[in-house]
Amino acid sequence: MTAVSEAVTSSALRAREATVRRFAFTDMVFRAATRASAILVLVLLGGVAISLVAGSWEALSKFGLNFLTTEAWNPVTENFGALAPIYGTVVTSAIAIIIAVPIGIGIAVFLTELCPRPLRRPIGIAVELLAGIPSIIYGIWGLFVFAPFLQTTIQPFIINIFHSVPGLNSLFAGPPYGIGLLTSSLILAIMVLPFITSITKDVFDTVPAVLKESAYGIGCTTWEVTRRVVIPYTRVGIMGGVMLGLGRALGETMAVTFVIGNAHRISASLFAPGTTISATIANEFTEADGALYTSSLVALGLILFIITFIILAIARYMLLRIDSRTGA
Amino acid sequence: MSTAASLHQSRKRKNAVMMALCVIAAGIGLAWLALILGALIYKGLSGVSLSVFTQMTPPPGDAGGLLNAIYGSIIMTIIGIVVGTPIGVLAGTYMAEYGRFSRLTTVVRFINDILLSAPSIIVGLFVYELMVRPMGHFSAIAGAVALSILVIPVVVRTTEDMLNLVPNALREAGTAIGAPRWVVIRSVAYRAALSGIVTGILLAIARISGETAPLLFTALNNQFWSSNLNAPMASLPVTIFQFALSPYEEWQQLAWTGALIITLTVLGLSIFARSLTGRREDR
Repeated sequence: MTAVSEAVTSSALRAREATVRRFAFTDMVFRAATRASAILVLVLLGGVAISLVAGSWEALSKFGLNFLTTEAWNPVTENFGALAPIYGTVVTSAIAIIIAVPIGIGIAVFLTELCPRPLRRPIGIAVELLAGIPSIIYGIWGLFVFAPFLQTTIQPFIINIFHSVPGLNSLFAGPPYGIGLLTSSLILAIMVLPFITSITKDVFDTVPAVLKESAYGIGCTTWEVTRRVVIPYTRVGIMGGVMLGLGRALGETMAVTFVIGNAHRISASLFAPGTTISATIANEFTEADGALYTSSLVALGLILFIITFIILAIARYMLLRIDSRTGA
Repeated sequence: MSTAASLHQSRKRKNAVMMALCVIAAGIGLAWLALILGALIYKGLSGVSLSVFTQMTPPPGDAGGLLNAIYGSIIMTIIGIVVGTPIGVLAGTYMAEYGRFSRLTTVVRFINDILLSAPSIIVGLFVYELMVRPMGHFSAIAGAVALSILVIPVVVRTTEDMLNLVPNALREAGTAIGAPRWVVIRSVAYRAALSGIVTGILLAIARISGETAPLLFTALNNQFWSSNLNAPMASLPVTIFQFALSPYEEWQQLAWTGALIITLTVLGLSIFARSLTGRREDR
């Protein structure tokens, strides 16, 4: 009798042990799979960096640091320099940010302070939908609708106003091509606006209601509360959003490729065609013949990668600081 | 008293001006959206016909459709999603479940956020160096891999965020009845976070279906019907890029029509994805 029950319990125990072991094994496998996937994300970024360095080695070893300071870009004589694309990238992104930041903050203030509650969500979504529109759409719109409009109306007007003002007359010198640095900057401004707006709105929402209410309580106007309480409290977060938008603007390819004009020179006029790093790569990569040409284009990509990596890292660091403060 | 009153007046005036500027800013944002969509519908709709979906991309100066480009986009998007989603979901699972407080998770989250906004043309260059150069030719599979690299960060981010929202009590209940960790994740955490994870995948589809830059020098383009994954393949965005910059009117019209198709697809996907999570929030 006892022997039988012992046999039963021991076989049950054995089955139980086997099940537990199977569970532990599958759990280990699953855990390893998830961990490997997480590590793969790191490997991806490392792989991008390594492949860009390897691909640009030929150009970098030939031109060295001169690559960064040479304006020439001549596929025939195989003399390449990155100065013109870097200039175009920095100028278009900077102008885009200067335009987009006040508008983005304005929209965020509108959405958090002024907008009637039932409209908040639809308008917020509409602005975020702007972020979802593929960049090629902005490009085709910029080329066929926006650039002709600028060429026939705004640009001649501005050139006429400033043609006798020293300084500004070289900044806004004609002829009005329509396409060029300023057009690209305006398109970029539209494209980064949703990023800046949605992050600014999110960080505005983290301001404790008590802070705002006490400011209102001593008689502050909405603008004073925004200027003296909300913006100082969220400064780091706003800067993070701006940096994120800047990272987008620096790397934006297709929209800019359509409207920049792809001219490898640095001109003082914002109406002149220029080029950016990403537009140069997009325009010339498949047509590049010769290893040095291709390698120089990859080197441009490496420069863009380093610039955006630094900007995005700063952006994330700033946004992390906001997160840890609110404990979100 | 009068200075106090005038100060009050000037403060009120300043407030009114600034708030008016904010309203104008919001108006500008919405007007842009309306302008772009308006131009797209106006220019694109006139070219929409059955032949767009049944005929191949034409040679210059001829009428035709976008069938091979649409097919190529769908194929590469599907492969990109099929390759990228499991990796993204698993990585997100590690970050939210097994390694929620580990150092690795902090690093991966930081790097993933950078990948999320990294220029897509860089991804194109990477896949060119990784696949196109060793293989010696452009191919659809290289394009799909480039797209999958763009899918991963989006899915990682949403998966981690959504799993973090699952209440720990649910997991503890699963563990209390003796379920091993991976069963708890699969049958409890995934199920609770399902709509959020699906939203992430939809947003990833929306993101890659309009991507042009990473396809330019991976999948290249193809004038003809091709279902060979080892050969260059047409895609809608690259075709739009090529046709829009061409001097031929028929090509430009097709570019607008293609742009309309992509935009409607992307906006539809984003709105659908939002409605999934929107319902969650309301509940």
